[in-house]
Amino acid sequence: VSTQSTGYKVGFWATCCNSLHILSPFTVMARRYDSRTTIFSPEGRLHQVEYAMEAISHAGAAIGILTNEGIVLAAEKMITSKLLEQGTSSEKMYKLDNHVACAVAGITADANILINYARLATQRFLFSYQFPMPVEQLVQQVCDLKQGYTQYGGQRPFGVSFLYAGWDKHDGFQLYQSDPSGNYGGWKATAIGKNNSNAQSILKQDFKEDMTLKDAQQLAVKVLSKVMESTTLSSEKLEFGVLTRQNNKTVFRSLTKKELDELIKSTTIENTDAK
Amino acid sequence: QMCIRDSINAEYGTKDFVNNMETAIGIKLKDAVLIAVNTDCFRSIVKLNDADKIKELDRTKILAAVGEHGDREAFCEYIQKNVSLYAIRNNLALSTQGAANFTRHELAHALRSGPYNVNLLLGGVDEDGPSLYFMDYLASLNKLNFAVHGYSSNFILSTLDKYYKEGLSVEEGFHLLRLCINELKKRFLVRNVAFLVKVVTVAGVSVTTLNVEDVQV
Repeated sequence: VSTQSTGYKVGFWATCCNSLHILSPFTVMARRYDSRTTIFSPEGRLHQVEYAMEAISHAGAAIGILTNEGIVLAAEKMITSKLLEQGTSSEKMYKLDNHVACAVAGITADANILINYARLATQRFLFSYQFPMPVEQLVQQVCDLKQGYTQYGGQRPFGVSFLYAGWDKHDGFQLYQSDPSGNYGGWKATAIGKNNSNAQSILKQDFKEDMTLKDAQQLAVKVLSKVMESTTLSSEKLEFGVLTRQNNKTVFRSLTKKELDELIKSTTIENTDAK
Repeated sequence: QMCIRDSINAEYGTKDFVNNMETAIGIKLKDAVLIAVNTDCFRSIVKLNDADKIKELDRTKILAAVGEHGDREAFCEYIQKNVSLYAIRNNLALSTQGAANFTRHELAHALRSGPYNVNLLLGGVDEDGPSLYFMDYLASLNKLNFAVHGYSSNFILSTLDKYYKEGLSVEEGFHLLRLCINELKKRFLVRNVAFLVKVVTVAGVSVTTLNVEDVQV
């Protein structure tokens, strides 16, 4: 493996596979091509981008659900130590402008750079056009930045996926997901981070077109409980954000501890009733 | 006898100050915006007789400019292309408000390096109805019911103040315009031969030429 690689090393997999004497999912040839972001592998893949997505799959889960009444963003907080001072700052949810917010999964430091960039983009737009930036345009700007890091500069991609929740005059409530490759998609419900494939399949089963915001919040709790590592669900481990329209204004609010406790209680009660 | 603004310009030696001899009139109607600009364009001893100073930004927006000829053409075309680019990129046209503020922003951006010596009137119709925006070469912006650029404003604004009403039809708008031109015909030093009038509605832009000698009120 080249020592000059600036990207993610396949170290973990290589060690595991070497010790178990099995073939790694990445062929041996891949090692030669994975250290530079700016080149394709012979199989036509960008390994650094894939490794970035692998990094995100170790991060705390985040879920987004779109309803006619608003959008729910729910996330699992990775609390590494009791000694951590939680405070008011969030590690998963951020407001990008008055009408757009996002949830993060991945490397927090990388996320901070991109969030700052997104916030600049929204304010630059507002400064120039004097109306709120349409949500899709913001997503495109951030994604164009992410894509740049997969094609030139020789720097590694950002190890972050985002869920963007926003409202604009033309398209109403919208939910988008972006990943390190710079691709994005609009979703009715989606999940990123740990166990996101599990979460996605549960969402696919239980999502209904005309859900109320309350239903969506309960669904989010249900999905997170099934997908999180810890067996007991408590409000300390969760972060919930809700984007709604009130009095002709878009409002993004984090649920308080009390509201979260009530939500968890009401969801588990309903589930046991159903049983 | 120049007004203070012109004397300041002359003092700072701006390349070719906005000469104010041209006239641009904008009137907001019930479902449309009417903008009329004189068709003469002169500098030193040379005159153009058939200048079209109103650029169509898209189907429902027009940008009228008076001032230095080169800046007018370059700036209006630049704005028109950017409005077009926005619509193509985002599959969605800019609102009149968005276009007006973008235009002002560009004027402001250039102001401290290479300013555009143009005074503008932007008129458009969108889902919020008709709107008329007044911008000057120093990058100010105002949303108004009616507006005039040039020395002729000293005469026309009084007429518009007296006779303008909300919800005028296009015919009433033209009548009001004729009243204004009549005022100029009578009292303004500069003799205008014709005005090019563009009316923008949801359906699009209609163009008329109004010969000043035919204006009888």
